[in-house]
Amino acid sequence: MSGLKVPTMAEMLATGETPDVLFWVGCSGSFDDRAKKITKAIVKILNHCDVKFAVLGAEEGCTGDPAKRAGNEFLFQMQAMMNIQVLNGYEVKKIVTGCPHCFNTLKNEYPELGGDYEVIHHTQLIQGLINDGKLAIKGGETFKGKKITFHDPCYLGRANDVYEAPRELLQKLDAELVEMKRCKTNGLCCGAGGAQMFKEAEKGNKEVNIERTEDALEVKPNVIATGCPFCNTMMTDGVKNFEKEGEIEVLDVAELIATAADL
Amino acid sequence: MIAIILFALLLIAGGGYFAMNVNKIRQNILLGRDIDRSDNKKERWKTMLLVAFGQKKMFQRPIPAILHFCLYAAFVITQIELIEIIVDGLSGQHRIFRDGLGGFYTFMVSFIEVLSVLAFVATFIFLLRRNVLKIPRFNMKEMAGWAKMDGNIILFAELLLVCFIFMMNGADEALYNQGASHYNTGESGSFGLTISQFIGPALFGGMDAHTLHIIERIGWWGHIIMVFGFLNYLPFSKHFHILLAFPNTYYSNLEKKGKFNNMEAVKKEVELMMDPTADPFAAPAPAEGEVQRFGAKDVTDLTWKNLLDAYTCTECGRCTSSCPANQTGKLLSPRKIMMDTRDRLEEVGNNIRKHGKDHDDGKSLLRDYISEEELWACTSCNACVQECPVNIDPLSIIVDLRRFLVMEESKAPSELTTMFTNIENNGAPWQFSQADRLNWRDEQ
Repeated sequence: MSGLKVPTMAEMLATGETPDVLFWVGCSGSFDDRAKKITKAIVKILNHCDVKFAVLGAEEGCTGDPAKRAGNEFLFQMQAMMNIQVLNGYEVKKIVTGCPHCFNTLKNEYPELGGDYEVIHHTQLIQGLINDGKLAIKGGETFKGKKITFHDPCYLGRANDVYEAPRELLQKLDAELVEMKRCKTNGLCCGAGGAQMFKEAEKGNKEVNIERTEDALEVKPNVIATGCPFCNTMMTDGVKNFEKEGEIEVLDVAELIATAADL
Repeated sequence: MIAIILFALLLIAGGGYFAMNVNKIRQNILLGRDIDRSDNKKERWKTMLLVAFGQKKMFQRPIPAILHFCLYAAFVITQIELIEIIVDGLSGQHRIFRDGLGGFYTFMVSFIEVLSVLAFVATFIFLLRRNVLKIPRFNMKEMAGWAKMDGNIILFAELLLVCFIFMMNGADEALYNQGASHYNTGESGSFGLTISQFIGPALFGGMDAHTLHIIERIGWWGHIIMVFGFLNYLPFSKHFHILLAFPNTYYSNLEKKGKFNNMEAVKKEVELMMDPTADPFAAPAPAEGEVQRFGAKDVTDLTWKNLLDAYTCTECGRCTSSCPANQTGKLLSPRKIMMDTRDRLEEVGNNIRKHGKDHDDGKSLLRDYISEEELWACTSCNACVQECPVNIDPLSIIVDLRRFLVMEESKAPSELTTMFTNIENNGAPWQFSQADRLNWRDEQ
């Protein structure tokens, strides 16, 4: 055991409890070794703040995002309907997720199919916890004097207009937040969206994540922060490509906050 | 009298031909599938006012925005003078509004003159940007040939238009100085037009009244002929955006950009599959109306808004210059998607008018215009949608073409087919068992 308290909806139901929020872990967060660390950082924060949450565990399935973006509407809607049956079965009202792709799909595309929930990204949840005084950022590793740049995930930023929540969190770190020349609405994609994560890129003269990593390297950061497991993979690969992994860390906003709060 | 008849004929012919071509475009746009954009009228007016009228999104790039604004303001305000020209032309009068408006008339025409000079300078800089500085987005592959020429024709026409305005006003000022203007023969002095009162005498000062009358008339007729020429060039040109920008922003997608539509036809089938009471051996319910294909193969499978987008596109290339796929050398260019859609739609529309509704020329938007390689390069990042100054959505066309490839032809890159299979079998895009989804909980 890792010491984390992660009840499933089924376990909670068995004890007659109802969670305040469902943590939608997502496929990356469940299976990808790097993304699992982000998942655990989110759980540490939730545990520390005594947030009453649960996960679906084996009852969770892909939201269908990559299928839909790749044009497979059938598969998307099959996944959506199955997930909605599960979610509605547990009478879920509020969902938090660490993946902007899940976030977008659950928030925007599920309601018409019968799944109406309040859906927030984990940076929004953490922002709320800090604002409510439930989470204080001190005691842990300090980021004083470090330069952090934030890479906007397309499905959080342009797709859903969430630009400020992750930035407000980073500003709490006592670090220097530097913006890349292309940021917020003008942010450049990491190259993984639209199901590109699961295929080789089409023929070109460069990989998109290399182009984006160059943007990041220009501002000479110590940390590249992201809010998406796919972006994390792409930026990590980009940093390795320039052999900068010794100097630059690619971390999720949740990991930075958990480290700073000594969780 | 002959002049009045000639003018009336020009007005009828110019207006009529324009109306005919606009109607053709309207018919073409209505070939698209229906989509409901009749909701939320207040928000729609607001979007149109801000984005089209106020040019809000142009100002993402300040230099072209300011230059463009000069042209735009000159164009809009000049319409007032055009009304006078038309009334003058039909009545045989000269500067008919001057008596009634007095000082305000001088102010208006002066204002138009100042804007015209600004527009002239802006147009000149635009020509430099396209042809001398060779700004990359104006010199990409899809801009070769007609597209490049189209842009230059418009800019030259605008220069010429402004020249005629100053020929007209300048010569009139010179005539007025001599007390020989049509406006009020006998009176002399100046109209007081901010620019022409100087350049008129400077350019035409030494000429006799007869020559000046001819120059003034050349300016007047030249101007109005250019206006009608320009108007009738619009339906054949990317420049049609000056009109369609308004309806196109009104009918903008007001949802979050990340939200892709849920296909109704698919929803019905999936609901049937999920329904435990459905009889699997029942005969399928008879299809209501025409059976639609899934996704889009040709322009007629797209929505009318997609098609309106295509006619609104002025090929500025902001979408393509912000596209991550394009920047990294992939074949995809969102601007080309819009240009292809328009070109194919023109072709389909002409075919229908020539050969009847059910004519099949054996071609389609997919493959004959847009290749699979272009479509699979898209990351669906919405940068193109964000950038477009008139709210065009190239991504929605890309996704509908992908839907056809995947659902009608089962044609996707093999890795994506594997991803689909994984989701189907184990609920994740990778080959992990769904039962293992919570294993991370117990890992150190």
